[in-house]
Amino acid sequence: MALRTLASKRALTLAQGLGFRHGGGGAAPSGEHLRRHARGLVTFSLPDLPYDYGALEPAISGEIMKLHHQKHHQTYITNYNKALEQLEDAMAKGDASAVVGLQSAIKFNGGGHVNHSIFWKNLKPVSEGGGEPPHGTLGWAIDTDFGSLEVLIQKMNAEGAALQGSGWVWLALDKEMKKLKVETTANQDPLVTKGATLVPLLGIDVWEHAYYLQYKNVKPDYLKNIWKVANWKYASEVYESEIA
Amino acid sequence: MLGFPSLCPTSLPSRQSRRRNNVRRRAPVAAALLELKPPPYPLDALEPHLSREAVEHHWGRHQRSHVDCLNAAIAGTQLEGMELEDMIWNHDFFWQSMKPGGGGEPSGRLMELIERDFGSYERMIKELKHAALTQFGSGWAWLAYKANRLEVGNAVNPCPSEKDNKLVVAKTPNAVNPLLWDYSPLLAIDVWEHAYYLDYENRRADYVSTFLDKLVSWEVVSSRLENAINRATERAKVDEKRRQDDDVEATSRKPVEMYLDSDNDDSETE
Repeated sequence: MALRTLASKRALTLAQGLGFRHGGGGAAPSGEHLRRHARGLVTFSLPDLPYDYGALEPAISGEIMKLHHQKHHQTYITNYNKALEQLEDAMAKGDASAVVGLQSAIKFNGGGHVNHSIFWKNLKPVSEGGGEPPHGTLGWAIDTDFGSLEVLIQKMNAEGAALQGSGWVWLALDKEMKKLKVETTANQDPLVTKGATLVPLLGIDVWEHAYYLQYKNVKPDYLKNIWKVANWKYASEVYESEIA
Repeated sequence: MLGFPSLCPTSLPSRQSRRRNNVRRRAPVAAALLELKPPPYPLDALEPHLSREAVEHHWGRHQRSHVDCLNAAIAGTQLEGMELEDMIWNHDFFWQSMKPGGGGEPSGRLMELIERDFGSYERMIKELKHAALTQFGSGWAWLAYKANRLEVGNAVNPCPSEKDNKLVVAKTPNAVNPLLWDYSPLLAIDVWEHAYYLDYENRRADYVSTFLDKLVSWEVVSSRLENAINRATERAKVDEKRRQDDDVEATSRKPVEMYLDSDNDDSETE
């Protein structure tokens, strides 16, 4: 089921280091595949997974990981790039109506790219520490704001299960209030649409494509199992860098 | 009952009040337990376009869990069950929109109206596919009959004509149904991922094309159209009668005596 070897992963990491060009303007997060065009437009390409497709089994099947990454995320990126080019065009012509008309495609596809880029980093194979509970400052903050990790997980699973249709459930840091929160967003709305001061620490994709092939309609089982591959180390790093 | 009750929503979103007009054929929520109605054909009858496994999951698990959850919620408040009720209604409607050996083209009055309101069958299909593919997230694409009607009790369409009643394509998110807008649904395409994922993975476009080429039952759509047209005609008659009654009442009223202060320049009347 695992389709990418360790050797190819290293080669890709090297290529990523060589091919990566950070777009100007400051806002682009590091590690993303970006491309700057002649007129300054920055478009995107599919970021590599930091693990093999099958490495998260049995929590998430390699079949799902491959489809999710190569088809769904890639499609968001392709359509986001298309919308960005159309937007640049419309802005250059001063076509306000076209600019407004593109907003939903940008929100949906751009949001899909943003959310999935975070999601791949939120997961880690068990052999590399996936599922290990958070320690240090994030661990304490979870205890303070929720009582315990178990309570937090229970709350996120309940919100994820209750979410009707497609969306995401997030562990968020409100960096202004310095508090942790559980939030949900609909469709591909990024967390920032729920509050400008919210920083995503961990997100769980509850679109059906994220679990259907393996769990069918039993979403609660998917939610229970995904914690076994949760990358709390990444969440802690983001938390500490924001809190500092 | 697979996963019941853990699959039931523990807190359903509170709903704003919705219009419910008399085209809904189901009894009020509190009246009786809902049953899980099977599709009007065997579960493998839509192969190779929709696999037996996919239909069995979609109907036997998803829809079954909606029915089970709703029957459990009926004991509680009516409001709690509403979105589940919509999902059940939408799914029954969806199964009945298909048949083994479906597809082909519509005929008769349905085709006439398609050509009148869309220009051609191909353009209607294009619009319907576009709706299905641009319903971001979960939802439904619809072909519906829109009868122009104002909702306020004593306000009627001042210049009603048959042209106001037309076919439209619509798309709705999650469990929303175009009855909300006083449209009569004629055809539904489920574009929640569970509807196509087992057979088509992420390829929603292929699923929608196959639905329209090989599965849709234009006979069912035609008979729904006839019902919708009849209902619209009946309502137009009711509206016309009401308008006539209002006119009679107006002319039989005695003129109102008005007291005008003719010295006062503030009066707005001459």
